[in-house]
Amino acid sequence: MTLAITDLKVTIGGKDILRGVDLTLEPGRVHGLAGESGSGKTMTGLAVLGLLPHGSRVTGGIALEGRELLTLPPKELNKVRGGEVAMVFQDPATSLHPMLTVGRQLTEHMRHHLGLGRAEARDRAVELLRKVRIPGAEEAYRRYPHQFSGGMRQRIAIAVALACSPKVLIADEPTTALDVTVQAGVLRLLRGLCDELGLAVLLVTHDLGVMSAVADEVSVMKDGLVVETGPRSRVLREPDHPYTRTLLASLPDAEVS
Amino acid sequence: MEKGAAVTPPRPRRPALPPLARFLIRRVLMAILLAWGVTLVTFVLTNLVPGDPVAANLGQRAMNDPEIVAQWRAEHGLDKPLWEQYGLYLQGLVQGDLGDSQQSHRPVSQDLAEAVPATLELAGAAILISLVLGVAFGVIAALRRDRLSDHLLRLVSLIGISVPTFWLALVAFYVFFYRLQITPGSGRVDPALGAPPPVTGLHTVDALLAGQWDVFGSAAGHLITPALVLALYTIGLLTRFTRSAVLEVLGQDYVRAARAKGLPGRVILFRYVLRSALVPVITVAGLAFGSLLSGTVLVEAIFAWPGIGQYAYKSATTLDLPAVMGVGLVVGVVYLVINLIVDVLYGVIDPRVRLR
Amino acid sequence: MRRDPLARKGLLGRLPQAWRQPLAVSGVVIAVAWLVIAVAAPWLAPHDPLAQELPRLAPPGPDHWFGTDQLGRDILSRVMHGARVSIPLTLALVALSLLIGGLLGACAGYFGRWVDETIMRLADLVFAFPTVILAMVVAAALGASLTNAVLAVLVVAWPAYARVTRGLVLGVREREFVLSGRLLGFSAWRSLRVDVLPNVTGPILVLATLDIGTALLLLSGLSFLGLGAKPPSPEWGAMVSSGVEVFDSWWVATFPGLAILTVVLAFNFLGDTLRDALDPRTARAIKERAL
Repeated sequence: MTLAITDLKVTIGGKDILRGVDLTLEPGRVHGLAGESGSGKTMTGLAVLGLLPHGSRVTGGIALEGRELLTLPPKELNKVRGGEVAMVFQDPATSLHPMLTVGRQLTEHMRHHLGLGRAEARDRAVELLRKVRIPGAEEAYRRYPHQFSGGMRQRIAIAVALACSPKVLIADEPTTALDVTVQAGVLRLLRGLCDELGLAVLLVTHDLGVMSAVADEVSVMKDGLVVETGPRSRVLREPDHPYTRTLLASLPDAEVS
Repeated sequence: MEKGAAVTPPRPRRPALPPLARFLIRRVLMAILLAWGVTLVTFVLTNLVPGDPVAANLGQRAMNDPEIVAQWRAEHGLDKPLWEQYGLYLQGLVQGDLGDSQQSHRPVSQDLAEAVPATLELAGAAILISLVLGVAFGVIAALRRDRLSDHLLRLVSLIGISVPTFWLALVAFYVFFYRLQITPGSGRVDPALGAPPPVTGLHTVDALLAGQWDVFGSAAGHLITPALVLALYTIGLLTRFTRSAVLEVLGQDYVRAARAKGLPGRVILFRYVLRSALVPVITVAGLAFGSLLSGTVLVEAIFAWPGIGQYAYKSATTLDLPAVMGVGLVVGVVYLVINLIVDVLYGVIDPRVRLR
Repeated sequence: MRRDPLARKGLLGRLPQAWRQPLAVSGVVIAVAWLVIAVAAPWLAPHDPLAQELPRLAPPGPDHWFGTDQLGRDILSRVMHGARVSIPLTLALVALSLLIGGLLGACAGYFGRWVDETIMRLADLVFAFPTVILAMVVAAALGASLTNAVLAVLVVAWPAYARVTRGLVLGVREREFVLSGRLLGFSAWRSLRVDVLPNVTGPILVLATLDIGTALLLLSGLSFLGLGAKPPSPEWGAMVSSGVEVFDSWWVATFPGLAILTVVLAFNFLGDTLRDALDPRTARAIKERAL
């Protein structure tokens, strides 16, 4: 067990956003977190990294290999961020800085967390770009995000997340902002990296089609609570909770396998 | 800038020049075109106005003598048709001749050569002060949003943009020179020391170049009060603008992504937040420089600073048309250069402008 | 009349909350106080602002709170009467430049093509010069008088409104409810008047409020330079100017200057509050085009 979230509660401005969430992530497994917008799935992901909006109050536990993250001092937490737990955001057009080169954004936290030299960091960055299948990695290192397509940008964002060999990857709607045609490629990449590197992946998505394509486990959230958890095949074929059934029924057709 | 996109030449198949150079050349060509436009405007403006330069320059008695009036007009080329006057003016302009001032009886270019560096020194010092303080205040206010320091800075910046410059100049003169006697009075440098050997025309820089420390001290002492007075307005402007620019950037996804990468706060602030926030701030700083030039007219009067503001005032009130046109041209060109600098900085900072 | 629902919620919906800020409250209080002074100056002022009957250059004291000037006039009375000169003129000035600039900008945005080109290039040319220098040249050419100073400020003030209005009209013109109006066969003027104008008035009024301060600073600046109000008139800029000659009698220049400062400050407080109440997108458009 890599990451264990227990009874996580979050209130923002007196409003209950999360009301006791339990989740566990295992190495080499993709855990899908489904639910409609406002159900609290993105907040769960942000809470792990301590990136909740200003004025949020958090209780409960988030343990990374037995170490409690919620009570870590800021400096220690910064080492966990990017170093042990990394995140991929929804829209690569806005989550990469438009005025910094791809190489800069790939190497700066490597050098900070891992203490690599310029050349070492560069070699590793190019290797990462190859790993996420960016054509012409050497060339791409020097370019800016706006010179890439959306799908390529998300691959770069994934490379950035993987740069410091994290144990946990939180992917918040990683394909929602992409063209349908490139979604499958990015998902296959995520799945492959998860298997190859033994990552524990939390895949936050509202898209049950995405979920069925890559997730090992599936949790369904509603109103700040996890209403159902289990292996993908069971949850998607024989849902226990009525809400999961409504979600499945709202899909256009039986595109769930 | 919008126009820049419209006149972009079709891209050659193999670019002979690096993108930044092509970007620069395009901007410079546009600036030259606009400079010509500025001469046309100044000319039309100074000739459309109903005021009569003859009356302003000759006494009432001389005005009653048609012969003197006619002679004066002929002397200054005012008897020719307008288009011919403009042609002659342009012809002279190409050779660096801006005509003679009717007041000082010297070539306008010579007058301007003395006045422009004085004002550039003043306005340059003021814009430096306002950039440093304005950006710093704006960043602090944004980072401490809705706390006491934010409210205080907001109040101070609002006062900054609300103070009448001419009044503030007078108050500063009274308090620091007359009462406290901690600043030298008017002028650019202590007359006993004399101006440093001219290189750039900026007394502080020239004194440093010549190694004259006492002159530098005197020049800097004379500069600091008017520059601060002039800067207050732009400090307020830049504080307000930087604050909102930084707040906007702080809400961007890439800042959250940078925090998710575990980068230290100062790296995020300087590399991620300021880089983006400074792009709009540069535009405002360019505009602010314009308002500084406006302010010089009022500040120079109080501190007896022999700059373009005073010269403009004197030539406008006496309808000294060649001098007014000279001022218009110089000020217009300064504006164009500032815009050019802003455009180039845009290209340097933002790769999306530089590389398509 | 069809309004963009967003526009209504944007300004009016957020106002009540914005008005509770201390800056907004003090802005309203100061502005109202000055308006009262302007109206009631003849009854409030202890002395005739023009009468030269008091001891000269008397410092502030119980008899003359703000002191007297070098001609033996009561400065408090002159500052009060100055409100009757500066405030109405400034308001009229801003209203006029709003009207002229707004109309030209709306035409430019709505009709496009050569109308747009002509108007906006003209605005660009005005923007190519520092305001005070341009206004000074115009005022000097027209001859020194308060009316001419107002005209001079008008010349440099209208383009800001033209730019903002044009931008807003361009934004609104392409929206569905305007296009549908044109498709129903309404004339260009009707659609400009009925559909477009109501949606751009909010932002323009915010700009105008912020501009009141700028206009007053410029107008009093011209008077300070001797290009506006003529001597006996208790105009604030001219009063500061007369204080330059006797600057060791600090009160002569200080109080009229403070009068300018407080009026400008009050309207900037108000303008800021109004702008915060607007939705952020429009607020940004104002900020960028009208500095």
